[in-house]
Parts: sequence; C-alpha cells; structure tokens
Amino acid sequence: MSATTAPLTGDKDNEATETKTDPVSRWADERLGLYKGTKSLIRKVFPDHWSFLLGEIALFSFILILLSGVFLTLWFKPSMTEVEYHGSYYPLNGVSMSEAFASTLNISFDVRAGLLMRQVHHWAALIFIMAIMVHSLRIFFTGAFRKPREINWLIGFTLMILGLLEGFAGYSLPDDLLSGTGLRIASGVVLAIPIVGTYLSYFLFGGDFPGHDFIPRLFTIHVLLVPALIVGLVTAHLILVFVQKHTQWAGPGKTNENVVGLPFMPVYMAKAGGFMFVIFGVVFLLAGLVQINPIWVYGPYTPDQISAGSQPDWYIGFLEGSLRMMPNWEWNLWGHTISFNVLIPSLVVPGILFTGYALWPFFEQWVTGDKREHHILDRPRNRPTRTAIGVAGITFYGVLWLGGGNDLIATHFHLSVEALTWTFRVLVFVGPVIAFWCTKRIALGLQRRDKDKILHGRETGIIKVSLDGEFSEVHEPLSAGERYRLTAHEVQKPLELGPATDENGVPRPGGRGLRLRAKASKAMFSDHVETTVEEYKELEAGHGHH
Amino acid sequence: MSTDHLPESVGGAGHGTLTKDAAADDPFKDPGLPEYRPRVTDLDPKAAKRAERQVALLFLISIAGLVGSLFCYTFISNTAVVRVTGLGTVNANNLALGLCLGFAFLAMGSGAIHWARTLMTDVDLVQYRHEMKSDPEATAEAVSEWKQGVADSGFTKYPLIRRSLLTAMLVLPLPAVWLLRDLGPMPKDRLRHTLWAKDQKLINPNTKQPLRAEDITVGTLALANPEQIYSPEQKEEFVDQLAKAAVLVVRLPQNALKGSEEQKKQQWDWSVDGIMAFSKICTHVGCPVALYEQQTHHMLCPCHQSTFDLSDNGRVIFGPAARSLPQLPITVNANGELVAVSDFRQPVGPSFWERG
Repeated sequence: MSATTAPLTGDKDNEATETKTDPVSRWADERLGLYKGTKSLIRKVFPDHWSFLLGEIALFSFILILLSGVFLTLWFKPSMTEVEYHGSYYPLNGVSMSEAFASTLNISFDVRAGLLMRQVHHWAALIFIMAIMVHSLRIFFTGAFRKPREINWLIGFTLMILGLLEGFAGYSLPDDLLSGTGLRIASGVVLAIPIVGTYLSYFLFGGDFPGHDFIPRLFTIHVLLVPALIVGLVTAHLILVFVQKHTQWAGPGKTNENVVGLPFMPVYMAKAGGFMFVIFGVVFLLAGLVQINPIWVYGPYTPDQISAGSQPDWYIGFLEGSLRMMPNWEWNLWGHTISFNVLIPSLVVPGILFTGYALWPFFEQWVTGDKREHHILDRPRNRPTRTAIGVAGITFYGVLWLGGGNDLIATHFHLSVEALTWTFRVLVFVGPVIAFWCTKRIALGLQRRDKDKILHGRETGIIKVSLDGEFSEVHEPLSAGERYRLTAHEVQKPLELGPATDENGVPRPGGRGLRLRAKASKAMFSDHVETTVEEYKELEAGHGHH
Repeated sequence: MSTDHLPESVGGAGHGTLTKDAAADDPFKDPGLPEYRPRVTDLDPKAAKRAERQVALLFLISIAGLVGSLFCYTFISNTAVVRVTGLGTVNANNLALGLCLGFAFLAMGSGAIHWARTLMTDVDLVQYRHEMKSDPEATAEAVSEWKQGVADSGFTKYPLIRRSLLTAMLVLPLPAVWLLRDLGPMPKDRLRHTLWAKDQKLINPNTKQPLRAEDITVGTLALANPEQIYSPEQKEEFVDQLAKAAVLVVRLPQNALKGSEEQKKQQWDWSVDGIMAFSKICTHVGCPVALYEQQTHHMLCPCHQSTFDLSDNGRVIFGPAARSLPQLPITVNANGELVAVSDFRQPVGPSFWERG
C-alpha cells in the first residue's frame, strides 16, 4: 500500500478554479460521477419529425399502464375460488363466480376511481400495442433498421411480441365470460400441438381446463415476469437510441454524418414531457367517456355459455380471423391426431409472418451486401420493393384481422357469414399480391413525379396563355435544398454477376448462394427511376438556348 | 458472407461511409443548413409575453383540473349515474374524474409543448456521428486484456476443467425444467371421459330439475348437465367437469334425419322418440356451440362459425371444426326422466395428439 501523502479531496487550491455547483449536485457527483456521466447527454440533439413520436406514444402509454396497474393490484384478487357475489352491482347479486371476477366487479363498482383506472389500464394497453406496431412499421418502411440498428430492431420486435402476450394475459385475468372463452380457445390451440400438447395443457392449467391454478399463474406472469422483461428491454431500447443517435430525414445540411435538431435540455424535455401528459390526458378522457370491457355485462366465465358476436381485443383479432377462415383439415395417422385446422392458423401462419418480419433487416443486408452505417431514412417510394412487401404483409394481416370480425360484418351488412369466410379465404392470398403490385406501381410513380420536379420544377398552378393562344402551366425551379432532399438517396442497382467463368476459364467465386443473392437483388432493385446530374445539366443547357 | 472474394461489381456498396463527394458544380449537392428564420416570439417582446401568459394559463387550468378531481372523488357518489347525450347513462363519478384528470393532463402537456415551441430555442444544433465500431487502439487493448484474462484463468491450459465445466453448464438447465413437473397432473385418459354414465339424469342447469321427455318438443333447445355434477364431492371440480359434460338437447322428427340408413338408425336409437343429446363443446377449440337454427337443425359455434347439422349425426357442414358433435346416447327411466345410456362413445371437445 502506498503512503497517503496527497489528500484525495479538499485541495483548496484546486477548488478555487472549479465551477460553482450546488451542494446537493456536488454531493451526488462525488458519489456517482454525475457530471462526467451526463455532460454529453444534457444538450444531446434530437431531430424532429411527427413519425418519431410513435415510439414515444408506446413509451408513455406503458408508463400509464404501470401506474394504473399498480392501483388495480391493490384490490384485485387473482383467485379462481368460487364465491357468491354480494356487492353494489345488483343484477349479479347471489351469482356464483371466481374471486377474480368478483374483485373486478368490486373495483368497478365499489372502489372509487376503480372503474376509471380499469378503463385507463385497458385503453392505455390498446394504445400501447397499436403504437408499438405503427412505430415498428415506421422503422420498417423508412429503413431505420439498417446497420447499426439491427439489434435495436430485434429488441423492438421482442417488445412487440411481449406486448401482445402481456395484453392477452391482462385481458384474461378478470375471468369474465368473454376472456374465459379466449382462454378456452388458447387451451384448444395448446391441445393441438403435436406430441406435447396434451401434457403442456395439463401443466399450464394444473389439470383439466379451466382448473383453479391458471388465473393466479397468469397474474404473476402479467404483473411480474413480462413487465420486468418489458422494462428491461425498453431501457436497452432507449439507451441504444441515445448511443447510436437518432436517424433523420435527408435535407439541406442533414447528412449521414451529422444529426441536426434541437437539444434534449430544454426543448425535448419540455416537448417529450409535455407529450407524455398529452397521452395521459387522451387516455383519461377515453377512460372517462368511452366504456371499455364492461365485464359485468358479459358475466362470470362458465364453460357452457357464450354470447354471439364474441370478439377479442383488437390485436388478437388476426389470430381469431386466421382460425376462422382455415378449412377443417385434420389427419389421423397411426392413432394420432394432427389438427392442421388449428395448428396452421394459430401457430404456423403467425410464426412465419413474425419470423419473416424480425429477420427482414438481415435478409435485406444479405441482398444488398451493404455493410455501411445508415442514419438517413429512406423515403418509402425510393425502396419500392421493400415498401410493396411491407404493404403486402399489412394486407395479409389486415385480411386475417377482418376475418376475425366476419360474424359482425355479416350481421351489420346482412351478408352470409359463409360467403364472407370464402371471400376472406381467397383474399388472404390474392389481396397481398394485388397490394404488392399496386404499391410498387405507386412508389415508382412517385419516383417519376420526383424526377419531374427535379428536372422541370414545381407546378405553380399559374396558367399562362401565349400569344398564339396556347395554355401552359408555369413551373418554378426547386430550391437547391429541395433538390438535394429529393436526390440525396442512393439508387440501389441490382447485383450484376458477370460471366460464369472469366477469360482464363476460372469459375466465378460465390457459387449457388451468390446466384440466389443476384436473383433476389434483381427482383428487388431492377425497377427504379434515376435522375442523373447529366440529365439535369442537359436540360438546364437546353433552357439556356431559348 | 464476406464480400472480400467477390468481383468488384458484386461487392456493391461494401464498407465505408456514405459521404457524397460532390463536385462544386453538382446541382444536387447539399447546400447546407438553411438560414435561421426567427419566430414572431423571438422578434416581438409582446408576442413573447402573450405566449408566456398562454403557457401559464394552461398550467393553471391543469391545477384546476387536478384539484377538481379531488373534489369529484370526494363528493360524487360512486353509484350515482348521469344521462349524457351521446354516452347514455354512465357512472357520474367515473365521468367527472375522467374529465377533470383528462383535461388537467392535456393542459399540462400542451402548456409544456407550447412553451417549448414559442419561447425555448429553435435554432438547429448540429452534432456529429461517430461510427459505432471501436477504434483500432481500443480494439487492440480490449482484445489483449481479454487474452490476458483467458491466460490467467488457465481455461485453455486445463482441458479437464474446461470440459467438465461445459458439461455442467449443459446439465444446468435440466433442473430448471424438471422442477416444474408438479405444475399439473398427467393427462392420462381424462380427456376421454366425462361425468356421464349409465342412468345419469339429464339435469336442467337453471331449475336443477331432471329433464322429462314431455318437456322437449320439436324446436326446443334445452341444456343439460349430468346429475352427478351437482353432488358435493364434485364441488371442487364443477367447472372442469362442466367444460366436458355440458350437453344440449333437441327433438327432431324421424323424417328429418339424414345420412346412411345405418347412421340414421343409430342416431334414432340413441334418442328418446327423437329427443337427442349432443355435446355442447365444439370439436374445434372447445367453445360452447350455441346458435340453433330450428328449421334446418343447424348448430353454430359463435367463436369460429363451425356449423354442425344435428339432423345428420352432428356432421360439420361449414367452418374450421373437423369432427362431428358427439351424440350422447339417452333413454328414459321409469319416472319419465331422461337419463344417459352411457358416457359419450368418443372424446368430446377439441382434438388432441393422443386422440386418434
């Protein structure tokens, strides 16, 4: 151990030159290194765009879910013990129900602000999942998932799946007729899993469905396990946004090497903090004005009853539709049953859809071979194939989702539910193809429009009549900034393989993987509209002659 | 896949950055940040003062809403209802709290945003990005530190330790799964049996009285549970048993039956003069079937619209269910009450792997 000749602190000479700080911050700094830890964060610059708020909606509704959820746990009893209800809601007086359902009634009718908090919790959850999905699509369509943000894409994807699970778990806890029916369907899906399904169902439910164990187990998952994972992943998600800095749109002065915007302190603290309260306000107004999940109307769960027009929360609708439109295929082989009618719609289809979505950034990087960092967002039109695939995916999901409401559509519009189901069975395949084609055409059309604007300028709406009586519209040249904004993106060209062997007869390296990549590249990047500097200059020169 | 061995054109964009080396006469070059255009609040002190008052007003509204919510919580009864046009009759306490807190939060949020937009700086700042990857010195340092650590541990030097540790790590997850065994009992043949058995009376779940043959006429749809389900020893398992045993009872005229002669005969034999009991549990994923079309004898499951023709052995005529609704053979006892002949002859409810 060395001799302690110099004191660690309290050097009077040094202190004189130090910045004056208040005693509390100094106390914290001496223990946490507060100043060096936060100095670069305080004035961190964030770019501005409305689409960057979608993730914030998810974050702030999640905060509200946590707060209202804690309130609800103070009264909710996660128990399937049968009790006889004697509370303020007279129509269910004396009815036998689980303690979970009875305590939810209690929260709704006897705890002041209980109904409000239940409705805040439910509305915020619906908004949370909606915001995650739209935010995720924003990332997809603008290519914000590209290097270096692939890990954050996967974190966000995991959060989306966790959000769906968490939502379904919470929806099931009150043990009402509607959510109990949802669990019954879930148990049927688990039973359909080959080999282990029956065991899995008995382990999950602690025996026969519904048993007495499931609600307490689901409660722990809903209030502890999944929220802890979500909080952890949200933290990681945000840290990465800070560390990697936010993407931005191309524009004058905005390049791939910089980030242009306003400082976190004070502008984004005020704007984001304010936005949080705006979200809170909207959710509280919804909770006060628009009834949601009136479980007392549904009644307690009992496995022999159901109401017509049963619908899950919106984000489970696509699974419901998928189950509804599947033909009734089932195989009996060597004494075993394989229920394709349940497995395909509830596990295989969402499995493929979500896995494909999660892996898209890696697929795209493999096709382009592009290993550079990208911080400038793509305008969706400039990546027509990616955009078209995205819209095809949305269409596929949308048809499944509509299919989940086929009974309500049928009763509202006086249509036959069978005819509707057949329509959806066809649309689920045809719809995405049409959507792909249309989107790609629209994207290329928009590219041509951009080209037109770059070369000929903006339409002013001013009509000129020449001396000969000819009408023409005055075009105004774009500003240099606008011209840059429209031309800043790279035009991705399809991969050219060249001859299979070079002039010395040496075969081209790469093999089958490379040929596959070239095919994918051709499919994705063959169609594009390019505006070159030469075209522009030629036209400019042409104008000079007039 | 590495791009190193690929022909020039294949490597495509490759590594590096996206900087455009724009020539001076490039018409598409970046003109740089546009000149700052001040807002009215930057130029006019009166406008700034006005904005200040607006922000403060919003914060005051927020205070009013927050305090108002305390007032509503305390003084509006939780059971009071109020009729509001467009909303119908709603809980007054809930409505008042929602409005107070909703507008309080909205005012607070818009106040902060209005402040940021009108009075805080809106001069764009520029910060530079740095590639995420570590610089060569940091990389070299980290790698050498790591190597030193590995060397110090002797991980490579002592293969016995290494291999036994890795094996231990492979075994580690086993208890994590094994210890969950008591989550539930083995399924055994529980999915194959219900509480129905010979001479079990069909009990009306609403009146708890046995169903009698004369109660059921053509067009009636009745529900029934086995008598045993109401016995004290079944109290614990009531809901579980109900999820398997619930049946619906209808009466069909003999000439309505469809299918082969053999099928028609069996269906009729399992009935009491056309009174038939079918499992109420859908063979798709287990929802209770519920919507009965008297004229066609079709039974629809509201969950996924599987439709069963009760006049044709409960055959599936539409939807995702793959198997017919099982029929429970019933007869009538000496007192004229409907009773089961036996349990269902096949498992009821959704399919499962072992069902066969």
